[in-house]
Amino acid sequence: MTAAPLSLGRQRNWWAVHARTAYLFRRTSRLLVSLVLLLTATFFMIHLVPGDPVRAALGTTAPQSLVDARRAALGLDKPLVTQYLDYIRNLLHGNFGTSLISGERVTDVIKDRGPSTFRLAGIAFLVAILVAVPLGILMAALTRDSKRRPLELGFTATAGAIAAVPSFLTAVALVYVFAVKIHWFPVAGQGGVSSYVLPIASLSLGPIAALSRIVRVEGLRVLEQDYVRTARGKRLPARIIYLRHALPNTLTPTLTIAGLLVGGLVAGTVLVENIFAWPGLGTTLVSSVAQKDYSTVQAVAVIFGAVVLLANFAVDIALGAIDPRSTILDV
Amino acid sequence: MNQRGLSRILQALRTPVGIVASAGLLLVIVLAIAAPFIWSGDASRIDILHTSQGASHAHWLGTDALGRDIFYRVLVATRLSVFLAVLAAAIGAAVGIPIGAVPAIVGGPVGRLVTGFINLAVAFPALLVAIFVASIIGVGAHGAVIGIAVAIAPYYARLSQTLSSSVAGSEYLAAARMLGVKRVRLLTRHVLPNIAEPLLITSTISIGDALLSLAGLSFLGLGVQPPQYDWGRMLNEGLNRIYVNPEVALGPAVAITLGALTFALFGEVLAKAAGAGGARRWLRGELAEADAASVRAGVGSTEPAGRAGAGLAGAGATDLVLAVENLTVSFPGGAVPVRDVSLRIEPGEIVGIVGESGSGKTLTAMAIADLLPAAAHLSASRLCLFGEDPRALSTSQRRRLLGRSLAVVYQDPMSALNPALRVGRQVGEVAEVHQGSSKREALGSAVDRLRAVHIGSPESRARQYPHEFSGGMRQRAVIAMGLMAEPKLIVADEPTTALDVTVQQQILRLLRDVSVSRSAAAILISHDVAVVSQLCSRVVVMYAGRVVEELDVGTLVDGPAHPYTAALVAAVPTMASDRERPLASIPGRAPTPFDDLPGCPFAPRCPRASDLCRAQMPPLEQRSPTHRAACWHPMPAGADIVEEVAV
Amino acid sequence: MRFGNGRRRLTAVDGVDLDLPEAATLGIVGESGSGKSTLARALVGLVPIASGDVFLDGDRLPTARDGRVVDRRRRIQMIFQDPFASLNPRMTVGEAIGEALTVRGGAGRGVRGAEVARHLDLVHLDPQLAERMPSGLSGGQRQRVAIARALAARPEVLIADEITSSLDVSVQSAVLNLMRELSRELGISTIFVSHNLATVRYLSDRIAVMYLGRVVEVGRTDPVVSAPQHPYTRALLYAVPSLGGSVPADLELGDPPDPHAPPPGCHFHPRCPVGPRTRPDRQVCIERDPREGAEDRPHCAYCHFASSDAVHQAEERVHVARDR
Repeated sequence: MTAAPLSLGRQRNWWAVHARTAYLFRRTSRLLVSLVLLLTATFFMIHLVPGDPVRAALGTTAPQSLVDARRAALGLDKPLVTQYLDYIRNLLHGNFGTSLISGERVTDVIKDRGPSTFRLAGIAFLVAILVAVPLGILMAALTRDSKRRPLELGFTATAGAIAAVPSFLTAVALVYVFAVKIHWFPVAGQGGVSSYVLPIASLSLGPIAALSRIVRVEGLRVLEQDYVRTARGKRLPARIIYLRHALPNTLTPTLTIAGLLVGGLVAGTVLVENIFAWPGLGTTLVSSVAQKDYSTVQAVAVIFGAVVLLANFAVDIALGAIDPRSTILDV
Repeated sequence: MNQRGLSRILQALRTPVGIVASAGLLLVIVLAIAAPFIWSGDASRIDILHTSQGASHAHWLGTDALGRDIFYRVLVATRLSVFLAVLAAAIGAAVGIPIGAVPAIVGGPVGRLVTGFINLAVAFPALLVAIFVASIIGVGAHGAVIGIAVAIAPYYARLSQTLSSSVAGSEYLAAARMLGVKRVRLLTRHVLPNIAEPLLITSTISIGDALLSLAGLSFLGLGVQPPQYDWGRMLNEGLNRIYVNPEVALGPAVAITLGALTFALFGEVLAKAAGAGGARRWLRGELAEADAASVRAGVGSTEPAGRAGAGLAGAGATDLVLAVENLTVSFPGGAVPVRDVSLRIEPGEIVGIVGESGSGKTLTAMAIADLLPAAAHLSASRLCLFGEDPRALSTSQRRRLLGRSLAVVYQDPMSALNPALRVGRQVGEVAEVHQGSSKREALGSAVDRLRAVHIGSPESRARQYPHEFSGGMRQRAVIAMGLMAEPKLIVADEPTTALDVTVQQQILRLLRDVSVSRSAAAILISHDVAVVSQLCSRVVVMYAGRVVEELDVGTLVDGPAHPYTAALVAAVPTMASDRERPLASIPGRAPTPFDDLPGCPFAPRCPRASDLCRAQMPPLEQRSPTHRAACWHPMPAGADIVEEVAV
Repeated sequence: MRFGNGRRRLTAVDGVDLDLPEAATLGIVGESGSGKSTLARALVGLVPIASGDVFLDGDRLPTARDGRVVDRRRRIQMIFQDPFASLNPRMTVGEAIGEALTVRGGAGRGVRGAEVARHLDLVHLDPQLAERMPSGLSGGQRQRVAIARALAARPEVLIADEITSSLDVSVQSAVLNLMRELSRELGISTIFVSHNLATVRYLSDRIAVMYLGRVVEVGRTDPVVSAPQHPYTRALLYAVPSLGGSVPADLELGDPPDPHAPPPGCHFHPRCPVGPRTRPDRQVCIERDPREGAEDRPHCAYCHFASSDAVHQAEERVHVARDR
């Protein structure tokens, strides 16, 4: 039935402003809590390893003196709380510890290889969004009202199939076709622009398929809404109905999905980097896990985790900005 | 699961997609169980003479570094790959589902904490979590399985939480609790059956995801370690030789893809079976502007003439705001929700259309307003709106005609306004498009109209969004939108149904004032006879897509002729209803748009029905200059329907 | 049965005191935001009570730690508004009613089938429907099943929360007739909640009118409806559409207020046609809660100016407006 307006007159402005800041505050505190949890979880990682992590990393043949030296260097002898605080403090200063295996400073490794990974993931993200969103909207416009059923079926099936294939399989297929058989692009390694093509394609193909399907469905849902019918009732030209009435309402779900995409891309880079021998954090992660270099694993986990959390946070903020209702309906 | 559920699943499995999915699943299961028994010898036979070869007649997919046949290895690896995936999914489910159910059962701050934790966990990509966990536990098959299980658990938890909270909040659970049903039985008989299906389906799909993730882990070298081998491990080995013998990688890659796809597809088939409810989209009111191509001028029905054309005394044909004859709306699939409706509206007249749900009243109005769904087929022997036949006009001509002279008010004010646009913008754009106003001029007009519909402080209101308006205000904004041009006809479809009764009167009054002040005709559609009788001079009663009676309000009050109208009036309690007598009720159900029985559609439920009624459709006969009824046995004036209708 | 509820978190129900006489029907009517549904749900323990008590036959019903009323002997049952949500989609009609019988006890397997059939007959449904699932029934049929299920628990009090609002007109009357018949023949005390004044009037012996969480007027049906004392009741009455009547003139009520920030004193005063808005001397409406001293007024109308000459003047004003 009727709902009272949120507030009247002067009260309204206070409430509206208040809602926005409250939302911002809630989201920021949620981010901070999540970051703390992330750090805590990664901190405990080393301590959860069965047996002695340093010994496991250095192997059974390593001399005890080396093991002890490394333990001391990592501060594993100190009480837990002290270790935790040191850990946090170091992280805040950008010190990610030292590698168990090589003794290098992890921070250097990250500085060295991080940009490659984020360049790859970042470009793939942009490509995915820039291709999938217009494609999805176009498909929604073309297939609304059950028009062009064959197109709908073809698109859904194809996109579904492509989306189901994981990035590493796509990468293998692409490498085979374009690098081995046709020699258009280099098989592996980071180099000039052409070396970026295959990795980006493998990373983004699956997400493009999945995202465009979702955007199409959301677009259709919006086109079914009553307010689109109202717009048609006002006899507005089609262009205005799509761009002014339908599009803004598809932004919200699209943004949410884009946020989820970041997580998927981060995971995808780990796999794709391995295939293309890309000098990034993904390969670092895999090799550190294999070598039991726990400090490096810890650090990379923190980095990746933080990126995911920040991406979600950015999406939340953007959502709050463009859709005023979400700040009020917020849990 | 009961009979119906089972039959639905079997039906879904019979579709082409279903057959493919089931066949695939069967194949996977058979291979997983049987392949090692049959081929493990072949798969582990080392042949140092033929190491690292490509595809050949003897070895279809080549051999690996120890000369073992890859094709057989792929088949045998099915067991490990599938088994590990199922195990990971099972563990993930076993952990995740109970955790997700906690907020629904416990509630309060603990529940919220768990919810927050689940939301947080879901944000992290599964593979990373799995790698992280595997690094702690140690690489190898069990590290991988536990890692994947931990990574998948949040998704199960999220699903379980959504499902259990929807069940926990459901009214049937509340009713069961009120009845005193014991908690165990609540769980087994009420909660579980309702969450089992979606959980099962998700589990099936997630096995596919687990398969992919495990393959990924093994591919990275972090999963299954030699001498064990699964598809992912084999892909890893095959990748190094991709330049020389690509088919070596092909085998495992295809196996992974097909394996995952099979589970995903099967899950989707199950989901379709569960979700199938026959949602007919046109019933949900999907509306769009009908193109000239899909609106075909057609010949009307073959009913005998002599009733439609007779019409009512009134203004000459060309003065009428609306003249429609033999209007029929049909949909592919055989539904005909509007049959043979004829209507005339003079300038300034307020006409009401009354009917229950399924009577076709809304679609009639939408047909007049040219807002039918694209799938609808409209036919009418005559359709004359503002002196022109919209079907004969081009799209832009029609748009101009209707945009300037027709206003539509919808039932649900909450959804009729676009939540992403400011109210002033939405209201004003009519002027921008149809009157060539600039943005500022349009906004100014919008503010004027908002003021005209009694919305306080219209300047600031125009800058607000719809969610900041109350229901009554939103409806007034919708009316203001219609007033931007100078409408000659206002079509109001249940404009007050969603509003409180005190607000209802305000809106009705507004509609009346607007109609009077602009000499605009109006069509008011409602299921509420009283509301319609207050505002309208003439009332049209619809039943099963047809007009059964057309009368003025006085006759409506004194004594309608059609038994349905009489029953409709008598069924609603009024402030003057006799509390000692039962209300009139109409047994049975109204016919659906698919039914096309000979005879009067109301006959099965009518207390006065005779064989004639059931055999032949009564024509709409003129009983007085302002009264038409379609009935073989009309009620005599002043008769009491309650006497006749069984309770 | 008597209940008095105190403030809840958003003050959905504010200090309501009501009596339900035995074997009678109490109708609670109000618009959206009036708190009537919240009140109904609080009585069956679906919603926590912040303060106040519910007495059934003189026994005080205990409240659990979270404030929800606990009705251990299941003497109060409720029928919900949405017939599509109140039945478990995976239980047959017979199972749903049978469950209620089992809990009540005293019905062995063999007898249960007959009892289920008897209850279905009681609500004028074909006993063969016991085999069906709810998805095969119409809204009206489902609602009747819900009634049968509630009756199977042999309640002393039945609460019907907007049970006809989701139904078609021709079906509504059947359900209303049924309610009327049941309350008269079975002698169950009923609370009938609705926004529709005419429906409430038809079924109820007593009427309570609620506005913004408070009861503004309560009394026997006929006096309240024929001579309402509270301006809001009058406004409600005025707004009920009558067949063949004319659209009533504008009472200039204005918009409903924000339930989060109810006006001080009498909640209705910003919209009251005879309150401080039109008569500036009536400041007491803003200052004091009109529930003080209400017992002395006819129909316990919670208005400072009920049973005063002002009421009759208001009546004249309303009549004048109607004729305009």
